[in-house]
Amino acid sequence: MVEMVSRPYASAFEKFAAGNPDILCLSADLTSSCEIDGFRDRHPDQFLSMGMAEQNMMSFAGGLGLAGFRPFIHTFGVFMYRRPYDQLMASIAYPRRKVRMMAFLPGVTTPGGMTHQSIEDISVMRSIPNMTILETGDATEVESICEAADSIDGPVWCRVLRGSVPRLFNTPIKVGEMRELSAGDDILVVTSGICTEEAMRARAALKKAGLSIRHLHLHTIKPFDSKALLDQIASVKHGVITLENHVTEGGVGSLVAETMADAGVGKRLIRLGLKDTYAHGGSRPYLMRYYGLDALALVRGVEDLVGQAVDITENDLDAARVDDVHSLVKAEAL
Amino acid sequence: MRNEKTTEDIALGIRRRVFEHSMRNNGGYLSQACSAGEQLAWLYNEALNLGPPILPMIPKPFEGVPSPNNPDYHTGAGYNGPAAPEYDRLFIAPAHYALVAYATLIEVGRMAPEGLEMFNQDGSSVEMIGAEHSPGMEVHNGTLGIGLSTAAGLAFGRKLRGETGNTWVFMSDGEVQEGQTWEAVQACAFHNIEVKAIMDVNDQQCDGAMGTVMEVGDLRTKFTNFGAHCVEVDGHDLNAIRQASQEDHEGKPLIILARTNPFHAMSILEERFPRLHYVRFKSEDERARMNQSIAKDLGVDPVDYAH
Repeated sequence: MVEMVSRPYASAFEKFAAGNPDILCLSADLTSSCEIDGFRDRHPDQFLSMGMAEQNMMSFAGGLGLAGFRPFIHTFGVFMYRRPYDQLMASIAYPRRKVRMMAFLPGVTTPGGMTHQSIEDISVMRSIPNMTILETGDATEVESICEAADSIDGPVWCRVLRGSVPRLFNTPIKVGEMRELSAGDDILVVTSGICTEEAMRARAALKKAGLSIRHLHLHTIKPFDSKALLDQIASVKHGVITLENHVTEGGVGSLVAETMADAGVGKRLIRLGLKDTYAHGGSRPYLMRYYGLDALALVRGVEDLVGQAVDITENDLDAARVDDVHSLVKAEAL
Repeated sequence: MRNEKTTEDIALGIRRRVFEHSMRNNGGYLSQACSAGEQLAWLYNEALNLGPPILPMIPKPFEGVPSPNNPDYHTGAGYNGPAAPEYDRLFIAPAHYALVAYATLIEVGRMAPEGLEMFNQDGSSVEMIGAEHSPGMEVHNGTLGIGLSTAAGLAFGRKLRGETGNTWVFMSDGEVQEGQTWEAVQACAFHNIEVKAIMDVNDQQCDGAMGTVMEVGDLRTKFTNFGAHCVEVDGHDLNAIRQASQEDHEGKPLIILARTNPFHAMSILEERFPRLHYVRFKSEDERARMNQSIAKDLGVDPVDYAH
């Protein structure tokens, strides 16, 4: 049974930031939704309410960076970059301010529909010079995201999970490294974020079906160690499958595709994720099934890659954890 | 640094340099020198408490953008002196005023006159739209609306650090069309940030007179309602500007609305009204007439731009 951790960011951020006067906590009216309400109440001197005004928040954070502070800014991912993209570029990315953008609700982890789902943020951030991109896949990574982000000499984009988060790993994020979760020589599966848990659900059944799966989890998407990935790709026979909580264009799938193309690797690649589509509102399991981001989608991808059916059904997969729709650890339905 | 010239002389010097540059280069930001001459002269000659420049008088060529592989990168803020706690900081929010700002640096002895000859030359740091690395600039402000927010963040940070220097912004009135300006003012008011701004209210924007492009209403009332302490003055009246800057604005941003004439001291520019954003001469005849007229207004010889 997977251990579930309640609101890991809340305690992790407070432990990290409290007592460090150079760390300021900025919020754009989503304070409890980003699990920093306790920090606000207990450390008001380090907390700044910026209101629903993201354009000002980005440039303001840039100004704080200029004054030598390391602001952690908190809001949902979409609000962090869609409206204030210009400010993000001019005030944070270009001058390499040490601003840490804590982007909550990545991809389909919200029932809020298009306006709340950041499905192309990695693609956008990857194309921004000076940007570092981290993505959390479990409670341990959420607990270590603050230290990891703050180790970067420049701006950092962090996809942060909230609420009830499974603990899959027992070591913190080491920026620039990737986690090898299983060794195998048939297929390389590369996942990130919430999709890693899905791939872990599918692995036992795939093994039972006679397939040897090498599974990599990425928490650092930029900068990226192409050489390490190429070594992993070289050690599998059939090819690579990527699975991500993001559109396949510009995300992890593109990252792997570009790495392979640049190196002239002649193996097949199947990219799973949102396929040139927006999502709509719904629960996470429903959305992951509907848009093909879950364990079963990975199994179908494996069948495609090896060219044969593996006779795995939903019943053969490890149990999916099911969150209460109105869990106490969520700030609100969003 | 000791004031060697009067602020009036510096304003006149700014206009002369921008005029001469524009004549030689068949165009330039002439109107901005007309409207903002007094404001920039006053800031540098009287209002700002700045240390001596820490960058060479003749600007170095472009040395690359910020990146982890460019450790020697520096901004153009060094022309305003070091970023020490007791010194003031200035952001030129409308970066297209750069020509006027560079002329100001020369007039106050912070940049060599040769610097202006590098304006808009390939490979130069003296860029047409003032960049972060351009003389006198500390941040990018080519996007209107971001200057006040950045200054607010810096001012808040400096307050937390107990720094005594002021944080100033030179703004333009077109920026009030951007929602970010109002976000910044409300944030300053809410967090008691005493950032100081002087705004060149010349009623001009790229497409023409602001009232014909996007009416913005009563700025003083709007700024006051958003929580600023706002004073409106004649932007060519130095005494009025001086007095406005002394107004008590405890716990609030100070916004000085400097109402200006976009062809002040270059009356012939009125012929080009309302398209004053960047004046490029339409014919040799126009160039010659403007050369004669503006030279006369400014009390200098016409520019021998043929050579």
